[in-house]
Formats: sequence, structure tokens, C-alpha cells
Amino acid sequence: MPETAPIPDGCPQAGTGASWEHFPHVADVGIRGFGPTLEAAFEQAAIAMTAVVTDPGAINPEETIEIACQAPNVELLLADWLNAIVYEMATRKMLFGRFSASIRGDSLIGSVSGEPLDIERHAPAAEVKGATLSELEVARDPAGRWHAQCIVDV
Amino acid sequence: MDTSQFRKVSETAWKIEPSGRMRVPAVIYAVEPLIRDMDDKVREQLVNVTMLPGIVGAAYAMPDAHWGYGFPIGGVAAFDPDQGGVISAGGVGFDISCGVRTHLTGLIRADIKRVQTKIADALFHNVPVGIGSTGKIRLSDGQMTAMLRDGAVWALNKGYGEQRDLEFVEEHGRVAGAQPEVVSEKARARQTREMGTLGSGNHYLEIQEVAEIHDAAAARAFGLDQGQCVLTIHCGSRGLGHQIGTEFLREMAITAPAHGISLPDRDLACAPINSELGRRYIGAMRSGINCALANRQIIGHLARKVFRRFWPGIELPLMYDVSHNTCKLETHEIEGRAREVYVHRKGATRSLGPGDPSLPEAYSEVGQPVFIGGSMGTESWVLTGMPTSETAAFSSACHGAGRRMSRTKARKKWRGRQVIDDLAARGITIRSPSHRGVAEEAPGAYKDVSEVVEAAEQAGLAKKVARLIPVVCVKG
Repeated sequence: MPETAPIPDGCPQAGTGASWEHFPHVADVGIRGFGPTLEAAFEQAAIAMTAVVTDPGAINPEETIEIACQAPNVELLLADWLNAIVYEMATRKMLFGRFSASIRGDSLIGSVSGEPLDIERHAPAAEVKGATLSELEVARDPAGRWHAQCIVDV
Repeated sequence: MDTSQFRKVSETAWKIEPSGRMRVPAVIYAVEPLIRDMDDKVREQLVNVTMLPGIVGAAYAMPDAHWGYGFPIGGVAAFDPDQGGVISAGGVGFDISCGVRTHLTGLIRADIKRVQTKIADALFHNVPVGIGSTGKIRLSDGQMTAMLRDGAVWALNKGYGEQRDLEFVEEHGRVAGAQPEVVSEKARARQTREMGTLGSGNHYLEIQEVAEIHDAAAARAFGLDQGQCVLTIHCGSRGLGHQIGTEFLREMAITAPAHGISLPDRDLACAPINSELGRRYIGAMRSGINCALANRQIIGHLARKVFRRFWPGIELPLMYDVSHNTCKLETHEIEGRAREVYVHRKGATRSLGPGDPSLPEAYSEVGQPVFIGGSMGTESWVLTGMPTSETAAFSSACHGAGRRMSRTKARKKWRGRQVIDDLAARGITIRSPSHRGVAEEAPGAYKDVSEVVEAAEQAGLAKKVARLIPVVCVKG
């Protein structure tokens, strides 16, 4: 069983205004992404979700998968984006550490980059079963900074 | 949580009478200290459940209730289809039919101790655990359909387990009315390589010692003897259940207004039972239940094979297999007449009292075994359904200790290596693919399960039979 360094609960991305954090939930985990754009907040939320499983920085971007989703509103679009990533992780047995999203209206086109899960190296702590609609929120604060959040079921 | 918002009915029953949009009362079964420890969200979520169309009786929270999504975990609610009753994907949860299965071993602690490290390793290597693990079973689409239709019966016919097992699995191993054809391609794809896998999070496989017997008659009926060891498996429907939950939660949230349902919380997404979507979810959810029953049947078989390497010919008879994330069509007496209702149990176990016709014959005089999972360092319990279980909460009881600390806090407070070493010093062997996972599941992150079972017994939900302490824990 490999010992791993503790994973931070959040991480600012230097110079980008983008960051992510976990917020506490008794049974599951809250994930939140911040960014100067809606897309950046979505990308950071995906990093926060990955950090529930392992250190996102320890994932090599060896392979890129395209993702497309469409939803009636931007909040469900966030849930769809995260659940599409959960699906790719589960069926490909991969972890993803880099995310890119482009949002037009009710549609998202994105890509996720990562590598096959390596139990020894990634020492995955928990499996994300899915993104829930609990605490699901996408909004912009008066200073123009976006956040995108929800509870993920582990 | 502040108890002042409840009317104290008894030491273990606390009630909020209907007001505003509430259609029925909200009832929490717990002693005051347990309620004070609960998050305010439990009350909020339970009250939200009382607002759903067609709810009957009351919305109930079990003594281990905690903040879930939509329903609280430890939530029970029944809906009448003839009164516009709804079915809720959030009321079942993502891990459809997650549950517990316990086998008797007939071995004593000293037998296990002689091979403790070796059997821990063998179980860890032979039962796929943790994220990314895959089973050796690969299902074709046709086999998947058969598995979703026939559950543990399918697994048995494929050579996993023994005929006698089925009598001791809820629904005899197969819930009727599954519709594999409504289970999506994506849900099937997530399950293709996950049959016979334990999963991660709070799922586990444990060898436990019976430390105390509290009800001699029930223990005798269940085959539990003080000092003997049992094998317990806690897991669910894996990726298939998670994907069904994800898809239907979304669809129900989007279509609720079209069904005339005003949701107090988006995660309470639901659909009328008598609607196309409601019926489709029931068919998919029942397929998910069968998937979980098949999965635990396979894992039980894999564990038996490991035990037989150490003790050739050992039988490991199944004591019982019961789920705690389900919705089932059941007959209950409500307001003086028998009615068929859909009972949601989210993080709550069915708890049938003595004499119920669906019990195995051997248990008919003592009631249904109820398994209460603790933490890997403390204790678990076997309880049994009581005659009062039916009127208390549609024959339901609690399912676990319940967390008292978030994963985020737990991993800051403990290091996995230290937790494993501390438990080893107490004679408990832990195997897990992740130290961080162990830290997040540290015993201190859970409530005191003994308070929970005490409250469950006092409230008439289920009666204490035996206390189990962990010896080996394989953690996903």
C-alpha cells in the first residue's frame, strides 16, 4: 500500500485567477471551481472532483478524450460535464488531470487529458459515483469571478 | 440540530407536525444527544420529503440519519400510487441496493489469528477492491440482461454460490419487475467489468468476531455464537447503479414541472409512480437491485473460495443479505387499512418483525436480521426486526453508525499509515489500496454505533442481537 502526500483541499492556479476547493459535507464531498470565465470555473470544478480521488498534479496527460454535453440550463450543464468525466473515468479506468471546456449557450464541448489509473502510483482514495444536484450552483460574483459547485457522491 | 423545533413524543421519537407545504408529519427516531449531533440539514431534508405528492403516514429519519442529497441518509418515506404518489431517484440514491451480507464461518478468533495476515492478503488479492479494480467476469450484452433480470439467481446459475444461499437473500435473490431493456447503454458499459467488485468509499469486507450476544433466541436462530467469527460484505450495484441514479435524477429534475411537481429541493427529483418516467425508473432501479444482489452473491463466492484454501470444505453458510438503498412495493396498514405503497429506504434497512411471511422459515419466530455497519476500528451489530417495527416506520431500521466528520476533515486529522498501525496494535488487520482512503474512513470519523443501536431498540425499530468486532478489514 503506497503512502501518499496529503492532498490539499484547494489550489490556486498562479496568475490565472482560477482555483478550486473542497467544501465539507458529512457523508460526501463538496467541490467548487473558481475562474475569471464560466469555462475556467467548470475546468477547476473538474480538477476539484479529481482531487477527491487522487492528486490531480500527479496525473500525466497522456491521452485526450473529447466530451460534449447539452443541458436546459448552465447548472445542469455543470452536472452533465462532471458526470461525463465520471463516466470516462469509470469505463476507461483512467484518471484525468487537465480539462478544457468551451461553452456556447446550452452546449459544452470539451476535452479531458489523463492516463490509465495506476493503483500504486495514484493510490485512489475514493471513487466518485456521480455528481449530485445538491448544492449545485453556477454563478458570477459582482467582481466578475465565476464559481461552479456541487456535492459529489463517493 | 436544535431539538426545540420538534415535539418530543417519547425519549426516542421526535415529531414536527405538518405546516405550510408539509403533507404529513416528519418524525426522527433518536435520543436527544444523537439529534443534537445531527446536521440541521437532516431536519430540512426530512421536512422537504413530507412535501412530496402522495406521501403517506410520515417521513421518518432513523437514529443514524445524516445530511444526504434530497432525502437524508437514514430516511424512510412511502408513497401511494393511487394518490399521485411519486418515486424519487434521490430517495434511493446512486448506489442502488447497497447492502450488507453476512456469512457464518464456525471459526473462532484463534483460528483466524493463526492465519490472519495471510487470509487478509488472500481476501485483498482475490476480491477486487477500490476504484479502477475489475472483476474477472466479462458480461456480454445478453448476459448483462439476464443478470439484471435474475439477480443472485443468475449468479447462482453461473456457479457463484450455493442453492441454499437464495433463501437467505432478500427477495430470494431476485426482485421481480426488473426491466433490463430500459437500462441505458452507458449504465451497462459501466458494469461490463465491475461484476464481483467491492468498490470503494465506505464499502468493506470484514472478518468479525461475535463479541456479545444480547438476544439468545435470535442469535441461536441466526447461528451466531459468542466467540465465533463471521464474514461480512458491504457493497452495492457498482457503476450500473451509479449511472442509473445519475441519469434518472437528471431526467426527473427536468421533467418535474411538466408532471405538475414543485420540488422543494432539486435533489428530490421525482416522477409520479403512474407515469411513463416513473415506471421506467422502477424497471431500471429493480434491475439495479438485481445487479447488487448478483454482485454480493459473487463476492460471497470469491470469499468462500479464499476460506476453503485455508480450511478445505468449510461451508460459510449465508446468514442473510439485506439492502439499505431501495424503493419497494409493499403492503402496509395505513390509517386502518392495508395499502400498497412504494417505500423508499435511503440508508435504511428493511426490518421485518417475527411472523412476516417473507422471512426464511428459520427466522420466522425471531424476525429479520438487520445489519448495522460500524467502522473498521469499533464494532458492527446484528439486530432483528421487532413486532413494533411495522408501525414505527414501515418495518425499517437504521443501517450504520453514520459519519460525524467529513472526509475533508478526517484526512487532515489522521494519516492512513498511523490508523493502520494503531489498529494492528489492537489485533485488527487492515488491507486497502489507499492510505488516504483509510484516513478518510478512520474510526474516529464515525459516530458511536452503540448509541445508534440503543436508540433503534428503544424506538422499537430493531432489537439488539449481537455485537461484532472487526478482526480483518479489506477496505475499498
